[in-house]
Amino acid sequence: MAAIAHNDDTAVVIIGSGAGGGTLANELCQKGIKVVLLEAGKRESSQTFIQDEWESFNQLAWLDKRTTSGNWRVATDFPNLPAWTCKTVGGTTTHWAGASLRLQEHEFKALTNYGKLEGANLADWPIGLAELAPYYAKAEHKMGVTRTNGNPGLPGNNNFKVLYNGATKLGYTKCSTGHMAINSKFRDHRSSCLQMGFCFQGCKSGAKWSTLYTEIPLAEETGHLDLRPQSHVVQIETNAAGKATAVVYVDAAGKTQRQKARIVAVAANSIETPRLLLNSASNQFPDGLANSSGQVGRNYMRHLTASVYAVFDEPVHMWRGTTMAGIIQDEAALKPSRGFVGGYEMETISLGLPFMAAFINPGAWGSDFTAALDGYTNMAGMWIVGEDMPRETNRVTLNTAVKDQFGQPVPNVHYDDHANDLAMRAHAFQQGGNVYRAVGAKSVIETPPYPSTHNRGTARMSNEPKLGVVNKHGQTHDVKNLFISDGSQFTTSAAENPTLTIVTLAIRQADYIASAMSKQTV
Amino acid sequence: MDEGASQQNALTRRDMIRRTAAVLTGTIAATSALATLAPTRAWALELQTLSQHDGETILAFGQTLYPHATLPTAVYAMLVKDLDVAAKDPATASLLRDGTASLDSAAGGNFAAATPAARLAAAKAIEKTAYFAKVRSTCITSLYNNELAFAHFGYQGASWPKGGYIHRGFNDLTWLPNPPAAASPTVGVL
Repeated sequence: MAAIAHNDDTAVVIIGSGAGGGTLANELCQKGIKVVLLEAGKRESSQTFIQDEWESFNQLAWLDKRTTSGNWRVATDFPNLPAWTCKTVGGTTTHWAGASLRLQEHEFKALTNYGKLEGANLADWPIGLAELAPYYAKAEHKMGVTRTNGNPGLPGNNNFKVLYNGATKLGYTKCSTGHMAINSKFRDHRSSCLQMGFCFQGCKSGAKWSTLYTEIPLAEETGHLDLRPQSHVVQIETNAAGKATAVVYVDAAGKTQRQKARIVAVAANSIETPRLLLNSASNQFPDGLANSSGQVGRNYMRHLTASVYAVFDEPVHMWRGTTMAGIIQDEAALKPSRGFVGGYEMETISLGLPFMAAFINPGAWGSDFTAALDGYTNMAGMWIVGEDMPRETNRVTLNTAVKDQFGQPVPNVHYDDHANDLAMRAHAFQQGGNVYRAVGAKSVIETPPYPSTHNRGTARMSNEPKLGVVNKHGQTHDVKNLFISDGSQFTTSAAENPTLTIVTLAIRQADYIASAMSKQTV
Repeated sequence: MDEGASQQNALTRRDMIRRTAAVLTGTIAATSALATLAPTRAWALELQTLSQHDGETILAFGQTLYPHATLPTAVYAMLVKDLDVAAKDPATASLLRDGTASLDSAAGGNFAAATPAARLAAAKAIEKTAYFAKVRSTCITSLYNNELAFAHFGYQGASWPKGGYIHRGFNDLTWLPNPPAAASPTVGVL
């Protein structure tokens, strides 16, 4: 591992070590480029992960103060926890369940294919599937995605058996154990899946891909990476020429440090990324860094999300095995006849008893609630992941009335469901319930959205500097040596779990950065 | 200073008297799944801060909010235990004491001794209070995040020490047909 001096201004400084930042770091290091990787959280490992939902949550989750507003139910249920993302080396790739789906061609052209929608800020991405396909292939190879590169599919668990049988009875035809970045056989020095459950708590066998034990150690082996855990970035500095020059962070000892940089890449997830840009406002950039468009923090998307749980006469034991064990993709297509644009995926999900109690119907009490939990062993569950509408008014702003442990304004996350979101959720609840009713569900429980894990859109991609924050390479229009490397870049949400696309964009961005550095254009 | 110290001692003596008096007890039914898990079927919870009456009221309130017909009282006692610890904070102690009074009042005298219907009505009557929110949210972690609850509800907890479920029933469901191998391949070589 490299030790890069604080006044060394030749390195790329990356903020955040998850799917975007961790991947970008390794890709650059493999090309011989020096990288300082700043991560706010501690470095854990498969050995230190904890198979206890609350303890693990306290170990991995981003728990710094945040506030919420808007008509989404999360603001009522979890007013200070809008998102379930991670503060740890590897970021939210420690917590993700592994679903690795390519976006669909039509989703890259949302405005063209869906048309203008009142109250939605739809746009076409400046890139399409054809341009991304080779990079998707690289990402799938890197991550060992099942049903690609000759990797077999995973065996389905009991929760999947229920999903599959219900799907088939309903006439759905696109149901399988899906494309997962979880080893179905020994690969890449990592074991195959032991069907432990606890995918959300950090994989103790390492079968699930995470930058923590793939990209980051590979980058360290090159000798070009300087990883600094417990380094919380508070500001990006710029010079008179309008270029990013340094990053200010608070280290593990609570000491403020300044790391000079040739290039800065922000990959802090879609709440902290815009917050950092807004907190980096200066006389030169009074509305926040890279915000001449006014789009920083806007178009916050979190996927439709909702869950359907069902109780049967016979046991399921849904917690046994991979959390996201299988998928129904029939509803992911664009079929406006359903009364909404976009589509949704149905993916098995399971929560342990402690989190089931916390999330099945937050705030509820009484005999309906307890009857559901009484059926816990006989329960099956699915998560609905659907395209939500980008809205200029759904946004991350600075809440100057509330400060964090470093004295900085906390982010406020405002979200109002769009009518299209509501129509899609109603449809998905109906269809999800039908899947389970088709195989004899005694009762069906419609569970509201959890705190968001699929945060995107707050530094959106556009060819037009007036309409977006970054270009098609994630480079900010306003500050040429400042890049956004996480899901904040997404122009629209699409229906698919975002990690594979974030990794894909990071691989592509690394090529662009390396080329720009060698040509001295950045 | 002497007077202050004497007052403190007096308080301590009073606390001692109350403390020795405040003990909740119960027995886990021999038929319960938990009977073999607990070291003994009889349990006792000695309260450090809350009064006997506060403890009994909170236990009954927990049973009213989250009624599980066969969940042993020992699990509801975990709620009392956690709130007793939280009551070390004077503001919380006061919130809980006042809550007892409001529940008693809403139930026409003694909440813990009231009928289930009267308890439910009393709970609904105070649903918007900070006390209700405190006890209800504590229920979620106290009642459902412990080994006794895991055993009662059939949840198996951590699986890593046992090698996961790959050989322990992750796909043992037999009341529906198995999906075809194309959708769900058989377990491969590890």
